[in-house]
Amino acid sequence: MENLSTPSTSNDSVGNVSVDEIRKDFPIFDRPADNRLVYLDSGASSQRPRQVLEAMDRYYSTTHANVHRGVYRIAEEATRLYEQARVELGEFIGAPNPEREIVFTKNATEALNLVSQGLGRKILTKDSAIVLTEMEHHANLVPWMILKEQIGFEIRYIPFDSQGILDLTDLDRLLDGASILGVTMIGNVLGTINPVADLARAAHSAGALLVADGAQHVPHMPTNVEELGIDLMALTGHKMLGPTGIGALWAKESILDLMMPFLGGGDMIEDVRLGGYSPNVIPYKFEAGTPPIAEAIGLGEAVRYLKGIGMENIHQHDHVLVEYAMMRIAERFGSTIKIHGPQDPALRGGLLSIEMEGVHPHDLSQVLDEYDVCVRAGHHCAKPLMKKLGVGATARASFYLYNDTKDVDALIEALAKAQAFFA
Amino acid sequence: MNGLEDLYREIILDHYKNPRNQGELPVPPAHAEEGHNPLCGDEVIVYVEIGDGKVKDIKIGGQGCSISRSSASMMTTAVKGRTIEEVDELIHRFKVMMSLEESDGSKADPNAEVSLDEFGELAALQGVVKFPVRIKCATLPWNTLDLGIKKVLAG
Ligand SMILES: Cc1ncc(COP(=O)(O)O)c(C=O)c1O
Repeated sequence: MENLSTPSTSNDSVGNVSVDEIRKDFPIFDRPADNRLVYLDSGASSQRPRQVLEAMDRYYSTTHANVHRGVYRIAEEATRLYEQARVELGEFIGAPNPEREIVFTKNATEALNLVSQGLGRKILTKDSAIVLTEMEHHANLVPWMILKEQIGFEIRYIPFDSQGILDLTDLDRLLDGASILGVTMIGNVLGTINPVADLARAAHSAGALLVADGAQHVPHMPTNVEELGIDLMALTGHKMLGPTGIGALWAKESILDLMMPFLGGGDMIEDVRLGGYSPNVIPYKFEAGTPPIAEAIGLGEAVRYLKGIGMENIHQHDHVLVEYAMMRIAERFGSTIKIHGPQDPALRGGLLSIEMEGVHPHDLSQVLDEYDVCVRAGHHCAKPLMKKLGVGATARASFYLYNDTKDVDALIEALAKAQAFFA
Repeated sequence: MNGLEDLYREIILDHYKNPRNQGELPVPPAHAEEGHNPLCGDEVIVYVEIGDGKVKDIKIGGQGCSISRSSASMMTTAVKGRTIEEVDELIHRFKVMMSLEESDGSKADPNAEVSLDEFGELAALQGVVKFPVRIKCATLPWNTLDLGIKKVLAG
C-alpha cells in the first residue's frame, strides 16, 4: 500500500494548538509518518482522544456501581460523575438548567425518537401539521413518519435550492398552523449551515416549537441553544470525540415536563402500583433502566477536551480546510469533480460531498482506501435528499480538529489516482 | 495496487464502461423488478421477459457502482436465451462463488462443485470476494433477477 501524504510536519493549528500536537492525543493516529491514516470521515463518527478513553477506564477500574441506587461510597461517586457529565454537557450547549434539561440517550437518533414519541404524541393530532426540510437525515424523518402512521398528521417540507440552501420563500405558508419545525443545524450531505435562529423566530411567531438536529453542529461550532432560540435539540456523543452509545436530548424544562415518557422501566418512575405508575421528575422520567454511565463520563471528558481547544477555533479550522480543499479540487479537477452544496465555503460546515465524473462513489472510496484515505460513500442516510440531487450516492470527506492541509493534499492525490484508474 | 487490480479486472471495467443490454423493456410483456442496496443507495431494475420456459429478453436500468453494473451486464449476457432451470442453476452457482473464498484468499470448501471455467467472463467477479462490503454490489442484480423470475412464475 502506498501512502500519499508527505511526512513533513505541517504548521496547521487549531487556535494556538498545532494539529501535530492534537494528533498525539489520539491513539489511532499513532502510526509511522509514512503510513499516515488520513481519516476524513468524522462526519460519520469522530476518533477519540486518550483523555476520554482514560476517563472511562478510570471509572470502570475504580468507581463502577449502578447510579441513583446504592448508598455506599462508590455508588455515590458513580452517581456524582454521571450527573457531573450531564451538567458539563448542558453548560457546553448553553442550557439554562443543565441538571434538569439534559436527557441522556443512546445517540441523536434515539433523542429524536424521544421527541416524536414524547412530544409529538402529546401535542399532535390527525389534524396537525409539522414542517421538516428536504435535507434531513433519516433520524429526523423516519421517527415523524412512524408517528404519522400511528396518529396521522401532515408533514410539510422546506425545499433547498441548487446551492443546497434552504429556500425560505414559502416559510410562512408552510408554518401556518404547524406545531413543530424540525431542522438539521448543519446538513450532513450538503454541509450547509442552516439559519437556525431565523427559523426559530419564524416558528415561534407561527406558534410552533423548533426541534433542532445538532448531530453535525454541536461537535463543530459553538452552540448556544438559548441564543439560537431552540426549543429541543438532539446531539450524539460519538461525533464529538465521545464514545458510541451516548447522546442527549436537550429541551426546555417546561417542554420536558409536558412530554410523555417514551421508554418505561426502572429509574424513570416515582412510584409503581399494580394499578399504574407515576413518572419520576425530569430528566429521570426519560432515562429508563441502567444508563450508559461510563459513556456519559466519557462524553463529559470529550466536552472538556473540546472546550480546551475552543469551539470557535475548531469551526475556524474546519473552515480553513474546507476552503483549501474546495480550492485545490477546482484547480486540479475543474469540472470533472462536482461539489454539492454551497459553493461559498463560509456557508458550510467542515464537510464536502463530491461526485467525480465517470467514477461511482463506491469505487472512488475503494481506491482512496488503497491510499489510507478514509471517506464515506453512500446515501448518508438522507435518501430523499439524494433523490433530489439526482444521485444514488456521493463520496463525502469531512474534517475535524485532527486533520490538516496534509490530509487534504493526500485526498487530492488519491482522487487523481482514482481518476486515472477509471479513465 | 494489487488488491485493486484483483477487484477491478479489465473485463469488469469494460462491462462498466460499455454495459450490455442496458435500457428498458415494455411492461408487460416484460416484468420489471427493482432491487436496492440499502447500505449504499445502489438500485437496479431488471426487465425480464419470460416465454416458452426461457428468458427471452432482459434489460437493466437503475444506477450503481462498477461492480454492481458490470455484474448486471455480464448477467444479462449469461442468462439471455437460457431456460429457467439453467438460469436458476446459474444464479445458485453465482451466489456460491461469491462466498467461495475466505477473505484471506483460501478456498473455504475445496469440494465445492463450482468450476470457474463454466462461468466464462463472470469468473472475473471472483476477486470481489476479498472485499466483503462489495459482495452485496455484485449479488444485487442476481438476487433481483431471482426474485423477478419467481414472481413471474407465481403469476
Ligand atoms: C444530521 C445527522 N442527524 C442525525 C444523525 C444520527 O446520529 P446517530 O446515528 O449517532 O444517532 C447523524 C449521523 O449520521 C447526522 O449526521
